[in-house]
Amino acid sequence: MKKPEQELAEIKSMMERSTRFLSLSGLSGVLAGIYALIGGGFAWYWLYFPQSQWGDSSQLLSSSSLLPRLLLLAISVLLLAIGSALLLSKRKSKQKAQVFWNSASKRFMQALFIPVLVGGLFTFALIHESAFQLIPANLLIFYGLGLFAASNFTLGEIQKLGFFQLILGIMSAFFPDYGLWFWISGFGILHVIYGALMYQKYDR
Amino acid sequence: MKGNYDKAFENVVRLRVMSILMVNEQYDFNSFKEILEVTDGNLASHLRYLENQDYVAVEKTFVGRKPQTNYSATASGKKAFQDHLDFLEQLIKENKN
Repeated sequence: MKKPEQELAEIKSMMERSTRFLSLSGLSGVLAGIYALIGGGFAWYWLYFPQSQWGDSSQLLSSSSLLPRLLLLAISVLLLAIGSALLLSKRKSKQKAQVFWNSASKRFMQALFIPVLVGGLFTFALIHESAFQLIPANLLIFYGLGLFAASNFTLGEIQKLGFFQLILGIMSAFFPDYGLWFWISGFGILHVIYGALMYQKYDR
Repeated sequence: MKGNYDKAFENVVRLRVMSILMVNEQYDFNSFKEILEVTDGNLASHLRYLENQDYVAVEKTFVGRKPQTNYSATASGKKAFQDHLDFLEQLIKENKN
């Protein structure tokens, strides 16, 4: 018989590996943050430059051709982030000789993407209703909820990321004039910090 | 002494199978094969052993046109595993004293 400590460790690791998606790459978080910072920079430039005002941009938005451009920008940032996450996580699971597409990763994606998809649809409703000032809050809140739900199926630290996104989202809802800055803080800065911490802890 | 050392979990494949079924409502044959990295024959024989002990229940279904064999832990299987865990914990406690 093996040592009981070893046997318990074995049991614990099997329970985790069969329920949790452990190959989520930290580096992909950093990259997602960088894309968001670049995207946010473009959005700021288009919306506010050269006046550099904090103020309300929704007036600007509803009357100009900026909206499709911003939408395209947002979707490209999203696709780039998802693409890098998939690619890097696939590579990580290969390195660790684990299966990428198993029941744990499926549950993780389901928990994350159902809130995110609903949030995306809700964003289109907000655009439709010209409630532009609430879009950053809406994106942060639904993303935060998705992270919170998905944290049951991956490394626990992601719950904290979700928590901070939710705080920023709620604050953004009360201070809609600073929406872009909340969005940049949440999707840009928080992702870079979180990704770097995770990379330090698990990927090296 | 609390708990009971169960011979059924002496084998590492069976121990792992049961660990997985404690935290997953259902798990299918191919997923077991991937995560445990064992051959078909080896896995099948261990699963049959657990089935004969009435520790796991088998359910055969079809996903599209592909057959899928799903396993789940029975109540007696869960109890036996819990007893086994208690035994291990007890053992660790005693070793510390």
